[in-house]
Amino acid sequence: MPVKAHIKEQKQTFQRFNAQWTPTQIVLDPEGVERHRIEGFLPVDDLLAQLDLGLGKLHFQHQDYGEAQKELRSVCESFPKSGAAPEACYWAGVAAYKGSNDARHLASTAKALKEKYPDSEWARKASVWSQ
Amino acid sequence: MPEIHWLKDVDAALAQAKAARKPVLLDFSAAPM
Repeated sequence: MPVKAHIKEQKQTFQRFNAQWTPTQIVLDPEGVERHRIEGFLPVDDLLAQLDLGLGKLHFQHQDYGEAQKELRSVCESFPKSGAAPEACYWAGVAAYKGSNDARHLASTAKALKEKYPDSEWARKASVWSQ
Repeated sequence: MPEIHWLKDVDAALAQAKAARKPVLLDFSAAPM
């Protein structure tokens, strides 16, 4: 459900959702709970990756790990150079683990992050899974 | 690419989203109208 709020027309909406800068996009779940926030301009591929990351996080937080993995893996595979990709790969691994209780998903995620995004914060976060 | 039909009424959108079990994308802009 796409909604647009313009600073000149809907200042109260900015305040209500604590939007401090433009552009800002917020992904809300069907109950209206914020699940992901994107602040600042992004090129198209980075924005699409962030939106998929937001949908993946929404499904993850609703414990729908199958759908979460699908959205998150699409970021890793379709937008591997985007800023969102390392985080999406991390959460895809966590979703796979939580959906199966198989810790090998964490180890393989740590390995993939180390190979693809060795300088990322997400590779460092996942490093504990490979020890 | 299909055209996006942006809504402007946040509360109406939230009600529609809840009924349809769909997520909401809220876009805050200062771009020239």
